[in-house]
Amino acid sequence: MKNAVTDALIITKRQLLQLARVPEVLIFSTIQPVMFVLLFRFVFGGSISTGQPGGYVQLLMPGIFVQTVAFTLAATASGLAEDMKKGLIDRFRSLPIARSALVVGRTLGDSLLNILVLVVMAAAGFAVGWRPTASVLSVFSAFVFLLLFGYALSWTGIYAGLAVRDARTVQNVSFLITFPMTFLSNAFAPTTGMPKALQYVAEWNPVSTMVAACRQLFGLENEFGATANSFPSQHPLTTSIFYMVLIMVIFIPLSVRKYKNSSN
Amino acid sequence: MKSIIAEHLVKTYRNGEVKALDDLSLNVEEGTVLSVLGPNGAGKTTTVRILATLLKPDSGHASVAGIDVIKQPGKVRELIGLSGQYAAVDETLTGWDNLVMFGRLYHLGKSASIKRAEELLERFSLTESARRPIKTYSGGMRRRLDLAASLIVQPKVLFLDEPTTGLDPRGRQEMWGVIQELVKGGVTLLLTTQYLEEADQLADEIAVIDHGKVIARGTSDALKKQVGGERLEITVENADIAKTQEIVARISATATHTDIRTISAPVTTGSIALMDALRALDEAKIHPLDIGLKRPSLDDVFLSLTGHVAEEEVKA
Repeated sequence: MKNAVTDALIITKRQLLQLARVPEVLIFSTIQPVMFVLLFRFVFGGSISTGQPGGYVQLLMPGIFVQTVAFTLAATASGLAEDMKKGLIDRFRSLPIARSALVVGRTLGDSLLNILVLVVMAAAGFAVGWRPTASVLSVFSAFVFLLLFGYALSWTGIYAGLAVRDARTVQNVSFLITFPMTFLSNAFAPTTGMPKALQYVAEWNPVSTMVAACRQLFGLENEFGATANSFPSQHPLTTSIFYMVLIMVIFIPLSVRKYKNSSN
Repeated sequence: MKSIIAEHLVKTYRNGEVKALDDLSLNVEEGTVLSVLGPNGAGKTTTVRILATLLKPDSGHASVAGIDVIKQPGKVRELIGLSGQYAAVDETLTGWDNLVMFGRLYHLGKSASIKRAEELLERFSLTESARRPIKTYSGGMRRRLDLAASLIVQPKVLFLDEPTTGLDPRGRQEMWGVIQELVKGGVTLLLTTQYLEEADQLADEIAVIDHGKVIARGTSDALKKQVGGERLEITVENADIAKTQEIVARISATATHTDIRTISAPVTTGSIALMDALRALDEAKIHPLDIGLKRPSLDDVFLSLTGHVAEEEVKA
C-alpha cells in the first residue's frame, strides 16, 4: 500500500517534470482560459444584462472555471493514449510497481495542473473585476469543489485514453463532448432563453449544477438560469456531489479494469 | 538450469480467429542467449509479452528464473528487464530524468537511483546527452537509453524484442556491441529478431518460429548443417558452362545445379574439392569469373524450413 502511493507520486512527478521540460504546454493551457475570460468579459459582457451587482463577470468566472476544469480531461486522455502508443505503458507494466500507480498518478498530476491553471485564471478574473463576496472559507471550498470535479472527470479521460489509444483522435472526441456540454449550460448565458427541451437538458447538465454551486459558494444571489424550479437548479451542490460520486463509481473501476486488460 | 521455460503456449486474438501462438515451447539455459528468429507476425512479440508478464496465454505454462509468470507476475517483474520494439521512454524528459524515474519505480531510493542512472549513462556513452530531452536523440541513442532503462536493477533475465529494428547500419553495429558486452556479464538473454545476421552474431542458440510455432532449434552451425553442408560454386562464361559441368560432376557425386552462369554442387571435402576444381579448370584453360565454397546462410535455412524468406521490408 505504501509502495502504491509512492509509485503513484513518482508518476505524478513525471508529469510535473514534463511541464518543467516543456513549459509551453503550461503556458498554452493557461492562455486559452484567460483568453476566454477576456473575450466573454469584454465582447459579450457588455450586451448581456444580468441584474447582477458587479456585472456579468461575477457570473462568468464560475462558468469559465468549470469549463476549464472540464477541458483538462482531453489532456488526461491524450496523454495516456500517447503513452500507450509509444509502448511506455508496457514498460511501466513490466516494472514491479503497483498496477494502479500509472493511472492514479496521472489523475493526481492533472489535479495539480488544474490548481496552477485555476490560480492563473482567478488572478485574470480579479484583474477584470471579478470580486467574490462570500467568506474566504466559502470561496476556498468552491475551488476544492472545482478540483474534485476535475479529478472525477479525469477518470473519464483515463477511460477514453485507454479505449481510443490514439492521442489526436481522443483529444478531438473529448472536445466534441466537453465543448457542447459546457455551452449547453448556464455557464455563459441564462438557460431561460433556450427552447424548453434544451432548458431541461441544460439544467440537468453537470456543468450547470457545478456552475450554479460555485456561484453560490462565491456568494451570488442570482444564480443565472436557476429559474425553472428543477431539482438540480434548486439543489446544485447536492446534485453536483451526486454527479461526481456517480462518475467516479462508474469510471474508476472501468478504467482500472481497462488498464489491467489493456494488452490482451 | 533453465532460466526461461515456455511450455505449450497458446494465444489467440479476436476470439480465436487469429492464432498468435500455436503450442509454442522453448527454453533458455541460464547465462546463454537464445535468439527467436522469425518474420513479422510469427509470434515473437507475443512470446516476449507473455514471458515478461504483460500478457496471459490462453493455455500453457511459462516460468522465468524458476518463477511462474502467470501465478507470480509481481516476483518475475523484479527479476527481468524488458526492452521492446519501440523505445519506451518518456520523450519529453531527458535521459537522466528517465533513468532516475525508473530507478525510483524500482524502489531504489533517491540517491541510489541517481547513482545508478549516472553509471548507466556512462556505460552506454550517453553522459554528454544526459540533460537533453529524448526527442533530440538519434534512433540508436534512444534504443541504448531504452536498454539502459531495462538494466536498472541488473536483471537476471533480459528480454530484447527486436532491439535493432529500424536502426541504420551504424546504430545496429553499436547496439550489437552493447549487447555483446552485456552477455559477457552473464545475463540470460532472449532476443527476438527478423535479421538472420543478428541472430548469427549474438545468439548461442536460435529458435526459428513461424506461425506461432518453433519450427527448428539449434546453434547457427547446426541449423546450417540441417540445410546441407558446403557447396562449391563456380561462375564461368557461357561458352564454358558445359565443360565446367563435366568437371564439377567428377568432383561432386551429387547433382549439380546451374543458374545462368553459376554452377553449384554440394561437396564434402571442403577446400580439397575447391583445389581439385581449380586444377581441372586450369588444365581445361577455363578461367572462372568467380569460384568459392559457400556455406549456407541462415537465409537459406529459413527458406528451406518455411518455404518463404524471413526478412521483410523494414517498416517506415
